Amino acid sequence: MAGLATAFGSGAMTNSINELEDVDVVIVSGSNTTEAHPQIARRILAAVDRGAKLIVIDPRRTALAQEAHVHLALRPGTDIALLNGMMRIILDEGLADDHFIEMRTENFIALRDQLFKIDLDEIAAITGVDRQLMHTAACLYARAYKSTFCYCLGITQHICGTNNVQTIANMAMLTGNVEKENAGVDPLRGQNNVQGACDMAALPACLPGYQSLADMQIRQKFKQCWGVDVPLTPGRTVLDMTHSGHNGTLRGMFVMGENPILSDPDQTKVQATLEGLDFLAVSDIFLTETAQLAHVVFPAASFAEKSGTVTNSERRVQYMHQVIEPIGECKPDSTIIAELAERMGYEMYYESMAEVMEEIALLIPIYGGMHHDRLRSSWGLQWPCPNRDHPGTPFLHKHYFSGGKGHFTPAQHQEPFEPPGDAFPLTLITGRIYHHYHTGTMTRRCASLNRESDKALLQINPVDATTSAIRNGDLVELTSRRGTIRLWAQISEDIRPGQVYTTFHFSEAPVNLLTTGAADPIAKCPEFKVCAVKVARVES
Amino acid sequence: MEQILTICVYCGCGCGVYLGKENGRVVASSPSRNHPISQGNLCVKGWHLHEFIHHPERLTTPLLRKDNKLVPVGWDEALDYTARRLSEIRDSNGPDALGLLSSAKCSNEENYLLQKFSRAVLGTNNIDHCARL
Ligand code: SF4
Repeated sequence: MAGLATAFGSGAMTNSINELEDVDVVIVSGSNTTEAHPQIARRILAAVDRGAKLIVIDPRRTALAQEAHVHLALRPGTDIALLNGMMRIILDEGLADDHFIEMRTENFIALRDQLFKIDLDEIAAITGVDRQLMHTAACLYARAYKSTFCYCLGITQHICGTNNVQTIANMAMLTGNVEKENAGVDPLRGQNNVQGACDMAALPACLPGYQSLADMQIRQKFKQCWGVDVPLTPGRTVLDMTHSGHNGTLRGMFVMGENPILSDPDQTKVQATLEGLDFLAVSDIFLTETAQLAHVVFPAASFAEKSGTVTNSERRVQYMHQVIEPIGECKPDSTIIAELAERMGYEMYYESMAEVMEEIALLIPIYGGMHHDRLRSSWGLQWPCPNRDHPGTPFLHKHYFSGGKGHFTPAQHQEPFEPPGDAFPLTLITGRIYHHYHTGTMTRRCASLNRESDKALLQINPVDATTSAIRNGDLVELTSRRGTIRLWAQISEDIRPGQVYTTFHFSEAPVNLLTTGAADPIAKCPEFKVCAVKVARVES
Repeated sequence: MEQILTICVYCGCGCGVYLGKENGRVVASSPSRNHPISQGNLCVKGWHLHEFIHHPERLTTPLLRKDNKLVPVGWDEALDYTARRLSEIRDSNGPDALGLLSSAKCSNEENYLLQKFSRAVLGTNNIDHCARL
């Protein structure tokens, strides 16, 4: 979450999930919330029942968009332009929070100068959003005392993802909608422990707790605990690994609980890279598409067969109890890692997961007070929680940004990497549906979930369906510059002409054969959401 | 039926779920009433949380590629082989020829251990997970 970290000094949800019930205005952007984060959608709808105003920014008419007071159906990939336009309107209407900007932020002049150069008619043309609608949304957001901005993959999965997030942070700071209860910027995390994996630094460019790889004092602290010097140069991001090529400089990989063949864009490239490795080890609960390519596969214990903690979107660290003994010969990933370390001459023995947590608490200041005994006797604790007596932190930045002052970073609209054209006239948007999760490794094996939804569907507007003589339920072929997949047409007004939508849960229709590998230069977030495609009916 | 509290493994909401255990098997999922997020509610994925645990396709033994086929082997063989191959690549191509992918579905402790393995044992910062995906 590089963008948010630059602006606020921390990249997590600033508020708690339950605070959403008491907002005055909530903007939801790029998040198919009712399907991807049902509990958060529930809080938002509760707020709407209470009288809060809901603004949805999404190219599609999602279920939440149907409940919205204002739906800004922008052209995919034009979020920055839209938000810049809204900020310009906020300035023009005199709704900026001058006091907050003066006291709590820096670099405002750069943003203001950039906004004054904006032509709102041009913004309307770029985004395809009506000026009046933009005006209504901007005023709603800026006038309310407690406004919250929620965003999800839709925002970060563009080549300009980092700038998108910075732009959201700009808008929140411009109106003083941070540093208080029920108001802030909330990135919604797609998987149960994305937050924790980031906190623990399963990341190439920092040490656990977002601590600097280069800081001498921090390096010394880790050296004392681990007994070795930490490597200094930042490592490769996931795409630098999985797209590094058949005979690249990467020679061996160990993949724990991931399925890059399905989850990473440009599947052909990923497959070539993995097949070209000298060695690939995979630890997983099922023989995933990635595991099938491995030299060694470890059978991992599932979540019910081990204990440990996970951190949710609102930074709540929660304890998971072991329910049963590992199935068959399965072992928890922690045991597998420790056994490998030992064989490579490094002692990594821990009595229990509680002891691992003690080491985490020692090294990561924001986890300083996270001990298993505390987590087991409560509903979890929200970080920062620096010591044993600290009650945890429901909302961040109470009277201070963790990085000092909030920093404005102006951003400009960038055209999507692969705009539609003559040969590939449609824009493909990808996302998730209610009944499945991520690459489907787990959910596709749940009989009841598969019964509800067992086919990959392509949402297409009646206009485009008519042009290509496609009827509802037809088997169609979807083609991009990188590949072709087959799926079933679902004609719907919820998607606009010129766009089609599908999900990435189905290995029979691997959407990532089609998507591009173009990545955001800073956050290295691949552009999943936008790529150019064409569609044709499969003649039976 | 014994009820044991855990956290849903699907989305970032982090609902509290009770797993029902009978004869050593997980047979049911139900929401925690007092949990601050779930408050007695789950979405359809949470209600069926237990269903993949005992799925017949679960991997139950280590597999090793021999003659281009994955065949079941014992833990020692799989671990010895992996440790040897990782060491060989590290020694001949340098630590940065190795890369690790961790998981947003694994626990904090496991993520911590894997990055420690990467940085302290292998000697590379080539570790990432799919937060961006
Ligand atoms: S039950 Fe549904 S809303 Fe709750 S954590 Fe699981 S997937 Fe998310």
